[in-house]
Amino acid sequence: MRKKTGPQFLANNSQLLIPLIAILLLVIFNLIRDPGFFSVSIAANNKGDPVLQGNLISILNGASELAILSMGMTLVTAASGGQDISVGALAAIAGSVFVKVLKGGVVSGPIVIAAFLACCAVSMLFGAFNGSLVSFFRIQPMIATLILFTCGRSIAYWINGGATPTIESPIINAVGSFIPGIPVPTPILIVILMGILFALIFRFTTLGLYIQTVGINQGAARLNGINAVGIKLLSFIILGACCAVAGTIGVSRLGLINHETLLINIEMDAILAVAIGGNSLGGGKFKMLGSVLGAYAIQALTITLYAMKVPSTDVKAYKAVVIVILVVMGSPVVKDAMSRFWTKLRSKRPAAAGKEVA
Amino acid sequence: MQEDAVLTMRGICKYFPGVRALENVDFTLRKGTIHALMGENGAGKSTLIKVLTGVYPMDKGEIRIDGVEGAISIRSPQEAQNYGISTVYQEITLCPNLTVAENMFIGRSEKRNVDWKAMEKRAGELLDNLGIPARPKQQLGSCSLAVQQMVAIARAVDTDCKVLILDEPTSSLDDKEVEMLFGLMRELKARGVGIIFVTHFLEQVYAVSDQITVLRNGELVGEYAAKDLPQVKLVEKMIGKDLEGLSTIKKQTAPSGGGEIVYEAEELSSSESRPFDFHIAAGEVNGFTGLLGSGRSESVRAIFGADQVTGGKVKVKGKATRITKPLDAMKHGIGYLPEDRKRDGIIADLSVRDNIILALQVINGMNRPFSKAKAEAFADEYIKALQIKTYSSETPIRSLSGGNQQKVILARWLLTHPQYLILDEPTRGIDIGTKLEIQKLVLKLAEEGMSITFISSEIEEMLRTCSRLIVMRDRNIVGELTGEELSQEHVMRTIAGGGE
Repeated sequence: MRKKTGPQFLANNSQLLIPLIAILLLVIFNLIRDPGFFSVSIAANNKGDPVLQGNLISILNGASELAILSMGMTLVTAASGGQDISVGALAAIAGSVFVKVLKGGVVSGPIVIAAFLACCAVSMLFGAFNGSLVSFFRIQPMIATLILFTCGRSIAYWINGGATPTIESPIINAVGSFIPGIPVPTPILIVILMGILFALIFRFTTLGLYIQTVGINQGAARLNGINAVGIKLLSFIILGACCAVAGTIGVSRLGLINHETLLINIEMDAILAVAIGGNSLGGGKFKMLGSVLGAYAIQALTITLYAMKVPSTDVKAYKAVVIVILVVMGSPVVKDAMSRFWTKLRSKRPAAAGKEVA
Repeated sequence: MQEDAVLTMRGICKYFPGVRALENVDFTLRKGTIHALMGENGAGKSTLIKVLTGVYPMDKGEIRIDGVEGAISIRSPQEAQNYGISTVYQEITLCPNLTVAENMFIGRSEKRNVDWKAMEKRAGELLDNLGIPARPKQQLGSCSLAVQQMVAIARAVDTDCKVLILDEPTSSLDDKEVEMLFGLMRELKARGVGIIFVTHFLEQVYAVSDQITVLRNGELVGEYAAKDLPQVKLVEKMIGKDLEGLSTIKKQTAPSGGGEIVYEAEELSSSESRPFDFHIAAGEVNGFTGLLGSGRSESVRAIFGADQVTGGKVKVKGKATRITKPLDAMKHGIGYLPEDRKRDGIIADLSVRDNIILALQVINGMNRPFSKAKAEAFADEYIKALQIKTYSSETPIRSLSGGNQQKVILARWLLTHPQYLILDEPTRGIDIGTKLEIQKLVLKLAEEGMSITFISSEIEEMLRTCSRLIVMRDRNIVGELTGEELSQEHVMRTIAGGGE
């Protein structure tokens, strides 16, 4: 097999440039502002265990739910050419189911697993609901998911009878913050686990190829024997599972379920992460890694703004400015201009040499 | 500059990384003539047009246009327009939900306030003048494709147009509509407009053109008066060799197919086709023929399960079975190359490699993806075997020329080693060299025992390859021709149904 040279690799992965540049700029900016910004230290947490601390850790940790949702959102976007705006609401439902099951008995290992499986099942069911509206009834994804977006948090409210119950258990604490003896926050580990899971899925199934094919040309996909309706449905079910994981993390962090505030507005950040990752929101080809990098870029931006003591009410406005710049940088117009600029640079030398000869 | 020339291009060169697209090409367009620009796919026609319209900057050469002193440089389509060079592309680029008049003047008016009345009046005059059967207030989408095409032309020539470029304007029109379009072209010619006509249809070239310029591999082969260059000679110039290919293909007698019946359908019907009977033997090449819309494509789509199957009995190799969706057909060793390559065939953004392995991968199953090395090997094998011209197997298929895209789709199905392959218009819109290659390939595959159903709008092509022709009219099978009956005249008569 041919070995990939550096430029070839860059050309194949050029869409990762935008999120990488964004992260790089944020890193440089912060290092100039405060050279110690990214220093990671080991300190004892309130349980006395040594754990990693620092801005870098809080960025990676804080972005976990977003990163996981953006993975699922990437697939939905690629397959259906639209976005699911109900992921925050669905995560709240999942979190509520998780807590509901936990409240049913004494919190123990098997109960936690049962609770997680239950919230996965419920979440995937709702994902299937969204997915069937989109794939079978051919409703635009944003309209189809508007339904769950609107009523999701009400459903979450019903599940626990309107209460916001708390759960206290070392196991839940281990999921939401640290496993005793491991200095890395558990949500980061869960993201890595999800990443590996998706990598395995793409390696050992043809899901990636099918999703891209359906997203690019559904009719042709069908004529090549692909069940296009099924693939779209599947992408929504997978996103449902991602919502369950994100909801579980969110609940475990706080030790309570607040159906009104859990992962509120995260759907927009998840869509944004997909876009910053260089994926077309119109579907088709995708790179999941891009979306995950996009998620970290968004979180890095938020943490940077907080570190600069920007009042939380103003953060959104500043975020918007940076995001406009990122999105414009990744736009086809700028991309075209850049590629023309490159070819010009490259062709300048031989052209000049040619003139001398003439 | 020559006396009556409206446009001269001299020594045009254009290079892309690793590709010499145009080398020292000359082109002269005279006032009031229709000038056909001919060549196979990849010969440089499109590049020359794009240089002329300012889409690509040229690397060397000189362009002069009537009425402007000295050489001009065209840096954008807008500049080309300002010099009086207008283009109408293959795909209609107007807005179907606006009216005819709006489409003719939209984006034109310099003033902010549109004078709707004046615009409609002006449009009406222009349409009348050019004999275009459309009303200014009519919604464009309600016009036939040909009329839409003509409106696009009217829009192009309304400005002070010296040079009109028509890039494959007839590819989606039927014969009658083509004639209408030709009428308009002659009208413009009489007004002194120079027309550059790019097409794949040889007959159409001779129907309207005065001059023919032939390109091959980015170089100029020559410029000829249409009346001095017989069609056979033109084809020879385009492919750069004499037509031994055509004659040898004719000599081969198509296999008669006395073998085992591979596929058999009784009263098969779909949501789009009426019930019909059909069978094909091992090593047989047969074809469905008939006018556009006679139901020939719908019939083969029913065989493949592409449309909703509504009834009928199907046997594959003598065994009764059900084929209700494409995957069923594929699992029975049936392949289908669809009529509309762009809409149903290619997965535009995916690589050549992924496009080649797609069907076999689907048959192989979702849990058994090919390794990258294996996919690469499959792709390389067929890129070589079918001589697909692509930079690499990772190139997205959309950047290939039409003929090469078609070869990729063909490769996709050959890779599945089907026992029965359905080819619906495999040679439409591709150059003559590739056409011959595909015809030869069909006969070779049949010799190796594959059954093939071949559909083409060109009866001659079907006569060369098929040993049995199923003739359709108004969605019914009206005749089946074999042996001695396979002559152009006989086929035409059966299609027309003039009586025996």
